[in-house]
Amino acid sequence: MPRDYALQALDTALRPGVTYADVRVIESKDRSLSTKNGRAGTASSTEQLGLGIRVIADGCWGFAATDDLTKAGIDAAAHLAIGIARSGALAKKHDVELAGEDAHQAVWTSKCEIDPFAVPVEAQFAHLLDIDRELRRRKGITMAEGSMQFTRTRQIFASSIGSFIDQTRTVSGAGYSAYSFQNDEIQKRSYPTSFGGQYQQQGYEMVRELDMLLHAPRIAEETLALHAADQCPEGVFNLILESSQLGLQIHESIGHPIELDRVLGSEANYAGMSFLTLDQLNRLRYGSDIVNVVCDATESHGPGLGTFAFDDEGVPAQCVDIIRNGEFRGYMTSRETAAAVGATRSNGTMRAAGWDRLPLIRMTNVSLIPGKQKLAEVFDVDHGIYMETNKSWSIDDKRYNFQFGCEIAWEIKNGKRGRMLKNPTYSGISTEFWNSCDAIAGPEHWTLWGIPNCGKGQPEQVMGTGHGASPSRFRNVRVGGGYSE
Amino acid sequence: MTAQQIYEAVELCASRRHGVRDVEVHWRSGSESLTRFANNAIHQNVSETSHALSVRIVIGKRTARASTNRVDLAGIERCVEQAVALTKAMAIDEELLPLYEPVEAVYPAVDRFDEPTAECSPEARARAVAEAIRIVEEHGQTAAGIYSTEHLTETVCNSRGIRAMHRETMARFSITAMASDSSGWAKASAVRSADLDPAALARSAASKARASANPGEIDAAPYTVILEPSAVLDFVGQIMPDFSATSLADQRSFLTGRLGKPLFHPMIAIADDVTHPLQCGSPFDGEGVPRRIVPLVEAGVPKAVVYSRGAAAKASAAPTGHGLELPNDAGETPENIVIAGGTSSVEEMVASTERGVLVTRLWYIREVDPYDKIMTGMTRDGTFLVENGKVTCGLRNFRFNQSVLEALANVEMLGPAVRASGEETFDMVVPAMKIRGFGFTEVTRF
Repeated sequence: MPRDYALQALDTALRPGVTYADVRVIESKDRSLSTKNGRAGTASSTEQLGLGIRVIADGCWGFAATDDLTKAGIDAAAHLAIGIARSGALAKKHDVELAGEDAHQAVWTSKCEIDPFAVPVEAQFAHLLDIDRELRRRKGITMAEGSMQFTRTRQIFASSIGSFIDQTRTVSGAGYSAYSFQNDEIQKRSYPTSFGGQYQQQGYEMVRELDMLLHAPRIAEETLALHAADQCPEGVFNLILESSQLGLQIHESIGHPIELDRVLGSEANYAGMSFLTLDQLNRLRYGSDIVNVVCDATESHGPGLGTFAFDDEGVPAQCVDIIRNGEFRGYMTSRETAAAVGATRSNGTMRAAGWDRLPLIRMTNVSLIPGKQKLAEVFDVDHGIYMETNKSWSIDDKRYNFQFGCEIAWEIKNGKRGRMLKNPTYSGISTEFWNSCDAIAGPEHWTLWGIPNCGKGQPEQVMGTGHGASPSRFRNVRVGGGYSE
Repeated sequence: MTAQQIYEAVELCASRRHGVRDVEVHWRSGSESLTRFANNAIHQNVSETSHALSVRIVIGKRTARASTNRVDLAGIERCVEQAVALTKAMAIDEELLPLYEPVEAVYPAVDRFDEPTAECSPEARARAVAEAIRIVEEHGQTAAGIYSTEHLTETVCNSRGIRAMHRETMARFSITAMASDSSGWAKASAVRSADLDPAALARSAASKARASANPGEIDAAPYTVILEPSAVLDFVGQIMPDFSATSLADQRSFLTGRLGKPLFHPMIAIADDVTHPLQCGSPFDGEGVPRRIVPLVEAGVPKAVVYSRGAAAKASAAPTGHGLELPNDAGETPENIVIAGGTSSVEEMVASTERGVLVTRLWYIREVDPYDKIMTGMTRDGTFLVENGKVTCGLRNFRFNQSVLEALANVEMLGPAVRASGEETFDMVVPAMKIRGFGFTEVTRF
């Protein structure tokens, strides 16, 4: 049983010279369904059970993971973790030290009103195929695809300081896209957002709330209309972003730069570092006065992909100020890194992608707090461009220069939506962009988006993160660089 | 249990408990160990041992898949039960083919397993890392990187007689050397860890960091570029999934309407060749079909795409052995790309360039336009100004927005083809390239 596996691994790992150990036993199942052009695409289910053991021995970290859960398999993994840690002493500068943390015993389960695994596969496919039919009803739609993903993960965490934490999370994801090829051009529209749609820590109720079929005619019509739309102009414009695109903007230009392990160089060879060097804390004007950003893993923030009761080091979920009234106030930390910013305790952001991966600092729910403006006030510009739904994203390895592409845009004139524009892109420098923010819509327009595919670490870990945002306006942003002649 | 015993257990369970005859079994087992370093010290050090059993059931014109890493008898029975239940819930798919039968299942011979690499110890990796760190420290710089070794065994068996097995090892070493205002990078991978030279990679990264110190800034504009092999890999590799029959049929490939027409410079020739001595990977696809060598581009003209069995049946073509595990949306993909090289060295490319930019690697590449294949991304870890045939200084990094199709039409020189590693796509065999008019659109702050 998972509890027994954890205790056995911990017992084996606690050998002389081992100053800390923790174990995560993870049992997971998922269901993955997709459709394309009237046919089922993916139809698969996966179950996994395995454990990862993390130790500090001779002042160095070691980690070993196995799915051989016999006594011999678990013992072998524990001994391997210790051996790996000791090998690290061949290239060590200092001993690892951890910020203090209390021992916790807890059981926590995320909210799930309708068990997605209890909903018949036939019904889920029927829903996707209804959407597929509706999208392809419009002549000119050359491809329609839709998908649903469901995951349930139970994790037992046990550590040598006496914590024993049992957490179960259910995640649902769903979305669809329509494509059209005409006149040497491919156009695409997606709902509720691109790259798999919306993901939240909810049950099947999330899929029902998306009301996906209702939006299919509009998505198909917009896909086709893009062919006849004008090319998005190149220049400097007032820019208004829809909330899912702004969620990704937060992810790339705030979420990653505030990872303290990245700031300290841990990711230098792969994901890169950060412009937020330690001297910037409490000094940098990150955004305009109305920009407030939190990193919030607590349930009160909503059912985000970064919501939990305890992180993967056994630290309780917290809400941390990242940007307050435009000023840079905090990083995401771990027990190992907290001391670098003078903290005596981690703010609880360590997460691993599975039993076979090491916990890293990961975004929980990094969200822009809603503003006070009504939507009409956000759009109240003489001339601007409004963009929706991400199509491409790229940012440099220190997170200064970014460029995003969106699926669709409209020109805004005197506060009103005008002509449709195709192939919109915008770019900028992170802090200049956030300092140009001069309108944020209120809480009634705020959505907690889920990004299921955030990559970090070596071996790479793909993790889900949450980002709340409402439509917002930015002044004097460079637009159109992606198609620059 | 052995792969054969697992297959037999699956087949027995499917037939006796569920009355199902047609089963396909994928079995993977292996281990990956990775020693990671930063700030001149090992900071993350991991090892993972894992197994994956995946069972596909075919009942008439229905199919679905279930997977597990629980490979005791109870786990196998549960996996089969789930695959059967999911299959029965599927709608009839008139295009579904029966399981692959071994009429011509002769697999290309590839030798990609090296015992010393499979058994490489954490101490051996740590010693190599310590030496690489020492070299970078000698340059007054800070090192970060990884040294990983892994081994994998994969098999595909089915109830029509397919028995395909492949085992492989892989070693990777990557290093970034950082100075106060510059950095350099080098990476390599090989089936045999003995073929890697971590110290040489460390020296290369350190010398790039030193040479690009105190970087200058020039305006973003189209420049002649010299892309080292890793930069070519990560840039050109972005278009390879489009060489797929399913992508073509779906009209989301850039090859829609372009197959058979001159598109690239006549020097450009691209093949998918699993047998190439610098390649890796199994000689069969997700259904156990043998991989064939497919010439994708000849003399600048896209000539062919790869086919799964399903896509081949629809197009009245022969499968090429590039199908993905069924069921799936994508169909197939080339996985063993070899871009033919030339004879020019990077030094000769530099010497022939009046004004241009030498690029070590590209980063965070994403597709801006799916038909013109405009990609955006950044230069990283060693970007240099070339003037009058010489590298004159390091440069602040650029953002580019550049069509891969246009770039391959504007190729002026090719280096010898080598096995290249990057971070944006899988390893390929590619040459360095000199390309005119490469579209840099912005400059970042470092």
